[in-house]
Amino acid sequence: MNLSVEQLEEKVADLLAEARKLGASAAEAAVSTNAGLSLTVRLGDVETIEHTRDQGLGVTVWFGQRKGSASTTDLGPDALRETVARACTIARHAAEDPCTGLADPERLATDRATLDLDLHHPWPLSPEEAADLARRCEAAALDFDPRITNSEGATLTTGEGSFVYGNSLGFMGGYPTTRHSLSCIVMAKDGDSAQRDWWYDSRRAPEELADPEAIGRTAGERAIARLGARKIATCEAPVLFRADVATGLARALIGALRGHAQYRQASFLLDSLGEQVFPDWVRIHEDPLLPRGLASAPFDNEGVATRAQDFIHQGQVARYVLDSYSARKLGLQSTGNAGGARNLAVESSGQSFDALLQRMDRGLVVTELMGQGVNPVTGDYSRGAAGFWIENGAIAHPVEEITIAGNLREMYRQLLAVGNDDQIPGSLRTGSWLIERMTIAGH
Amino acid sequence: MSDRIAQARRLLLEPAGLDLHHLQQAMEHLTAGDVELADLYLQLGRLESWVLDDGIVKEGNFSLELGAGLRAIHGEKTGFAYTEVLTPENLLEAADSARAIVRAGQSGRLAVSPTQAPPDLYPVFDPIDSLPDDDKIALLQRLDQVARQADPSVRQVTVSLVAAHDTVLILDEAGRLSADLRPLVRCSVQVIAERNGRREQGSAGGGTRGSLRYFLEEGRAEAYAREAVRQALVNLDAVETPAGAMTVILGPGWPGVLLHEAVGHGLEGDFNRKGLSNYAGRIGEQVASPLCTVVDHGALPDRRGSLTVDDEGTPTGETVLIENGILRGYMQDRHNARLMGVRPTGNGRRESYAHLPMPRMTNTYLRPGDHHPEEIIATVKRGLHAVNFAGGQVDITSGKFVFSLSEAYLIENGRITAPVKGATLIGNGPDVMTRVSMVGHDLALDPGIGTCGKEGQSVPVGVGQPTLKVDEITVGGTAL
Repeated sequence: MNLSVEQLEEKVADLLAEARKLGASAAEAAVSTNAGLSLTVRLGDVETIEHTRDQGLGVTVWFGQRKGSASTTDLGPDALRETVARACTIARHAAEDPCTGLADPERLATDRATLDLDLHHPWPLSPEEAADLARRCEAAALDFDPRITNSEGATLTTGEGSFVYGNSLGFMGGYPTTRHSLSCIVMAKDGDSAQRDWWYDSRRAPEELADPEAIGRTAGERAIARLGARKIATCEAPVLFRADVATGLARALIGALRGHAQYRQASFLLDSLGEQVFPDWVRIHEDPLLPRGLASAPFDNEGVATRAQDFIHQGQVARYVLDSYSARKLGLQSTGNAGGARNLAVESSGQSFDALLQRMDRGLVVTELMGQGVNPVTGDYSRGAAGFWIENGAIAHPVEEITIAGNLREMYRQLLAVGNDDQIPGSLRTGSWLIERMTIAGH
Repeated sequence: MSDRIAQARRLLLEPAGLDLHHLQQAMEHLTAGDVELADLYLQLGRLESWVLDDGIVKEGNFSLELGAGLRAIHGEKTGFAYTEVLTPENLLEAADSARAIVRAGQSGRLAVSPTQAPPDLYPVFDPIDSLPDDDKIALLQRLDQVARQADPSVRQVTVSLVAAHDTVLILDEAGRLSADLRPLVRCSVQVIAERNGRREQGSAGGGTRGSLRYFLEEGRAEAYAREAVRQALVNLDAVETPAGAMTVILGPGWPGVLLHEAVGHGLEGDFNRKGLSNYAGRIGEQVASPLCTVVDHGALPDRRGSLTVDDEGTPTGETVLIENGILRGYMQDRHNARLMGVRPTGNGRRESYAHLPMPRMTNTYLRPGDHHPEEIIATVKRGLHAVNFAGGQVDITSGKFVFSLSEAYLIENGRITAPVKGATLIGNGPDVMTRVSMVGHDLALDPGIGTCGKEGQSVPVGVGQPTLKVDEITVGGTAL
């Protein structure tokens, strides 16, 4: 059984009391618990049933300006005491840091600690019902085309959990959440060409989850479309990042605007507040209070009130992504982003995906990226890619075993359009990104 | 009873008020019915980390992870449940959940017997206590100082020190009981250097299954600090990477990530049993140049990827994957080995009690050849010398893999010339391995920094290789 929000609040109160007892001048604690089911069907048969049950607790203590933290999955009283004691020991050894500490009291989300964002929709699903949904999903993928010859299976995951955060300033907030996902991975084969692709959906409420058949068909369609992929010659060309991979370009932006990267001078957008980094039609914002949003939260990881806000407005950097610590380091105020940006959205410039292909005329559509080749300090970008070659605004053939390279600063400046094809699963909403020019390496 | 089992019982069972008969009961529950394979995996993980950033030791964290995972298998079906509350009732409840995948039946009596313990490959102590806290702090501060003094262009230094200890106790369906106590330490240094308005980063580090004192010996940690600075300075001078196909010389040690991606993952038993790997059904075929012999070896002393027994209790050892270019075998866990009719190879690994085991690499490397590295470089008219990697990734179905280079140089007329920035290599495993035309005598293993991810599970691994010449591979860069 999951612990209730009230039970978690008791744990948090116990932790804060224990910290006070050990002499801490300030403390914060977060406790979470989650229970769920994950079931995989492969080639029509149930392959795995996993009953998941997670719990965890983290505590941070301050002795003046010295900080220490500890966490445990064991919520028994002994483990709780040891965890707080460990955090205290660490704090005594840490250095004095003038910027460390709890959030500024006036920014805490005290008035909406229990704000209901409609995130809790349990799905009392039996393993048999879960297997049925997964089976339908995989079958739709396998039936999509006779060249779908193998499968890694379809997986249905459902989970229900609760979370509470509290600190010694008197803030205590928490809420229950649910999340349900269905994914499918299949393999297509035609002669020597073997390709694998996948699709998924993930929602707070079961009734919002895409049809199993639709997810399966998309997985099948994506795998088939890659068959017969080949290299292309090394060249420079426009590149269209399909929406589901364009998310990475938006995440790299948030990484560069994070306060931590700014004060450490580890950002390719260093000191960029107010700077024009995109064309002036670009707007990138977050909507943390979105009902049923996958990343929605009434307060951030420090209890600071979250709010809808722009990071890029008219192409300019409107604000950094700050928690209390990095804000103090930079002489600014927290933006309620301890834990990151929530429900990030890139506003579309209005064109459909096909219109973007037409506009590109000749170039590369990227549908998969591989490797770690993004340098957060310089913005240098060099990654393995697969996708489609476009001639006369239409797909000529699938492409693989190539790389695309550029620099994120240049790429952001050369953003020509963001498509309206933004109905992708996940918490980040964006359409496809058309970039004017990148270097493509092939044969 | 082996020492490791006694220690694991003391650390895992005693505090929870459990004893072997509780595990035996849970296993009898788990195997009541049509169960062919089953295991009960108890784990206690302790981890401490310290971070120095911006000149001060500003953070430390301690974490405790305790739980039990129970698994029941019939044919290709697996039932799995875990609990973080170690009581006899919870173990029985988890056993019932896990075995619900098979037909119910009568439970038999089980006799628990400790397995023959393989020799120790590393010490069993908890490395968190291997150095006083004050000395840990002093080490971090010393490394900050060494890095800042190494060059005036150094702007930022981040140092981290991590010590972890895992205690695992494993009981299988036949009553075989095994245990392992696994220390793991890691130190890393990251610097940012700035010159003439240009900023670059460099990083270095190492680790072992042993004591934190490892970093104090032979000036190791200080060497990491200097190496991180050296890399950042090299990158400050780096020019754009030429894009296109060319000859690539891979340096010894960490560039063995190449084998891990190009060969390793594709030879994991699960992908081959399911026919998903592009190496499936190719045992006995030529899949690499005859110069290539690739092994996975989980029993190397003190290595980050080593384990005395894997997470299913199977002793680790050396598995020849490719011998003189011929595909010899796959890496197996118990489940896939059973379904494929072969022996487990000691490659059954899991991130924790909350994850299912699967075939994973341990330390994977290519055996040395007989060329001097300089002799190999001298044969290249125009190419790339790839010395250090940020990481790699593979699609095991298409065989396409990439590596992201963190340090590389142009080779012009047999000589190493300018450093290049942000290069990526992309290729197809079997194609690239067939184009290995020279192998150096300088086999080295990585300094103990590798972590491998598969299906969302991370485990520590080792890689290694001698200098290798690959006749043609696509290099991603910005210059045409």
